[in-house]
This record gives sequence, C-alpha cells and structure tokens, in this order.
Amino acid sequence: MSVRYFAFISTLFFGIGLFTAAPQLLAQDGHHAESVSEEQTGDAHKEEFNATEYILEHIADSHEWHILTRKNGQNVAVPLPVILYSKHSGFHLFLSKHIAHGHTHDGFQMGHGTIQVKNRKGEIVNKSLNGKIVEVDEHGEMVEEGLPLDFSMTKNVCMMMLSLIILLWVFLGLAKSYKKMGIREPKGLAGFIEPVIVFIEEDVAIPNIGEEKYARYMPYLLTVFFFVLLNNLMGMIPFFPFGANVTGNIAVTMVLALFTFIITTFSGNKSYWQHIFNTPGVPVWLAPIMIPVEIIGMLTKPFALMVRLFANITAGHIIVLSLISMIFIFKSIFMSVPSLVMVLFMDCIELLVAFLQAYIFTLLSALFIGLAVPEHHHD
Amino acid sequence: MTGTLAAIGAGLAVIGAGLGIGRIGGQAMDAIARQPEAGGKIQTAMIISAALIEGVALFAVVVSMMSN
Repeated sequence: MSVRYFAFISTLFFGIGLFTAAPQLLAQDGHHAESVSEEQTGDAHKEEFNATEYILEHIADSHEWHILTRKNGQNVAVPLPVILYSKHSGFHLFLSKHIAHGHTHDGFQMGHGTIQVKNRKGEIVNKSLNGKIVEVDEHGEMVEEGLPLDFSMTKNVCMMMLSLIILLWVFLGLAKSYKKMGIREPKGLAGFIEPVIVFIEEDVAIPNIGEEKYARYMPYLLTVFFFVLLNNLMGMIPFFPFGANVTGNIAVTMVLALFTFIITTFSGNKSYWQHIFNTPGVPVWLAPIMIPVEIIGMLTKPFALMVRLFANITAGHIIVLSLISMIFIFKSIFMSVPSLVMVLFMDCIELLVAFLQAYIFTLLSALFIGLAVPEHHHD
Repeated sequence: MTGTLAAIGAGLAVIGAGLGIGRIGGQAMDAIARQPEAGGKIQTAMIISAALIEGVALFAVVVSMMSN
C-alpha cells in the first residue's frame, strides 16, 4: 500500500472540487442557498394517484431539494440556485423558490404538460415540459423558442458536491495519517478503506492492466470506484440531505464513461491501433469492413458502460417506488405490510447492486484500459 | 398501444436474461460441486457474468421506457 495513491487521489479530487465549486461561489453571490423556505401549495385537493408520474418525478433531477410535504399541503424544500441563459433576455440567476408552485419570476416558470415541436425529420412530435423551466410572456403564454439553456445547480449537482466533500474529507484525512504515522496496521476508517483499495489494486488493476503499467491508472480506478459506490449508497437513503439519483442520471454516467473512453484512447499503444486499422492476420480487402466494425467496437464499450450503470440504478429505484406505490393504488393500510416487506427485500438487492455496479464499472474500465496497453509477450 | 408493445418487449427481454442468468447459476453450481476449493473464484466470475447479462436486459428495459 503506497502513500502515493492517496496523494494522487487527493490531488485529483481537489482538482475536480475546484472545478465544480466555481459555479457554487458565483451562485451564492447575493443569495443564501441554505435557507429553508416554506411555501403554500395553494389548495391541497385530493387527486387521483398516478403511479407513473409519481415514480418518474422521484427518479428525476429537480430544481429544489424537497424535504417533506406537511399535512396541510405545505412543502418544505431547500431552494437551489437557478442559472439560465435565454436567447431573448440573456443570463438570469435566482433561487428556485421564486418559481415554485406555478409562480412566475423574471418571465420564467416551471413548465408542465407537453408542447409540439418539429424534430429533425420535420415531423411534429410531443415534447414533455415537466421539470423544465420555460420562458413566458406577460399573459403566461410560452414565448417562441421559450426553452432557455439551463445551467442550474440542481439537486444532483448539490449531491455530487456533498459526495465530493465526503470523499475529500475521508481520503485527505487518511493520506495525512499515513504520511504522519507511516505504514502500519490500519485502524479505524483506514481498516475499512485499505482492504478495498488493496482489492482494487490486486484483483482489478493488476490482472487486467498488467504489473508494469497499472500504477498510472490506479488513481482513476479508485476515484471512479469510490465516487460511484458512494453515490449509489447515498442515492438509496430516501431522506434529506440524500436521495438524489446521481448515478441513475444518464448525463452523469455518460461523463464517467467518457473519462474511461478518453483514457483508453489516449493511452492506446501501437499494437492497439494496429489491431483497429490493420488487424494482423486479416486480408487487406477485408479492411473496409473491419475498420468500421473496430471503430464501432471502440465506441460501444463506453456506451455499454454508461447504459449499464444508469439502467441498473434507475431500474432498482423504479422497482422500489412501484412497490411503495402499491399501498396507494390499493388504498389499503393492510397492503403496507407486504409492500414494506418487498421493499426491504428489494433494498437488500439494491445494496448488493450498489457495490456490484461500482465494482463492475471499475473492472470494465480496467479491462478496456488493459486492452489498450497490452504487454508485448501477449502477441 | 405503444405502452402494451413496450411491456411485451420488456417481458421478452426478461425471458432472455432469465435463461442466461439461470444457465450461469446452474453451471456455477456444477463447477463448485466438482471443485469446492475454487468456489470463491467461480462465484466472482459468476457474479460478473450475471451482471453483464443483466446489463443487456436493462438495455431492453431502457429502450422500452424510451419508446413509451
């Protein structure tokens, strides 16, 4: 176990931290993001329970961090900064509580229902506006091209910052203690983290990347493992300040998979590129078929990585929410017992999946990197 | 109508994944019974392959959700 890895991870996280903290500093200018606001939801009339809507709302990202709904219909939520760029009126910065519950602020409000837009083929399709902010005129009608670019600090962004702080705190602290005390029997938190790091090193990195080159890629593998694991676990905790579905957001998993793709592509050695553009042992006239196939293969790997994590986490959350929805569909208190038993069972599986998916993401990243840097005696 | 078709698609995907994971589980049982001391390694490999197959099934679920 080398102290160097801790230093590596710490530096990497510090870099990411600075990068993602910048918008937060801007956002806090003039606003206080932490104040808890209470707002009236208007009339809290009983609606027909719609399970699909309820589930999709709970797995989606949101502009505010909902804590609870009171019995009288009041919502308690942490407002988050909204940052918008509109073609008509430029940049806007305000807190999400100004547009909560159908209010309009600076000509913006939360969209609902669907609009009809033309897609690339010129066909008219319905596009859902739920969860999106739209620009409206003084009559409350949506303006032409009224979907602003949305750079808001949403719930997922805040959750990622929280996980960043936790990871920085844990790993910087560990790095410091290793530096001060030297290599010794791990105690406390180190006793939990060190076996995991050794496991990633000995069972994931070395068999797949090789003894000589694995050290360069350890910081990335450890970072991605702990980031995915922590966010999977925190996504399972249903109450504030957790419960944002970060790894079940396809944009997040896309960026993670993109990292693997970039690392694989840039560390690919001669033999890797030779296998793509001039596969040994394959006749030249097959090249027009082989090269596109190999290039598609290059792209499908990160794509599969992206969809696997996203789909596993999202599907798990959908199943849990569906089981909870059963209570409200059957409108019976007796349904709550089987429902909760099944939810408990599903949560145990999800706990396994949380570890498994973090492990699989790291393992496959190591495998793809290993394919790009094969050692010479292999061929 | 699309909702129904998506449900059928999801069901078909589940059949495929069920066959795959069932086969992996059965073969792993066989392997562990033949060589119990290799149980740990076989289990790890089994979980990885099961997760890969599950990933493919979940692709189908995502496609069904998108078409819905």
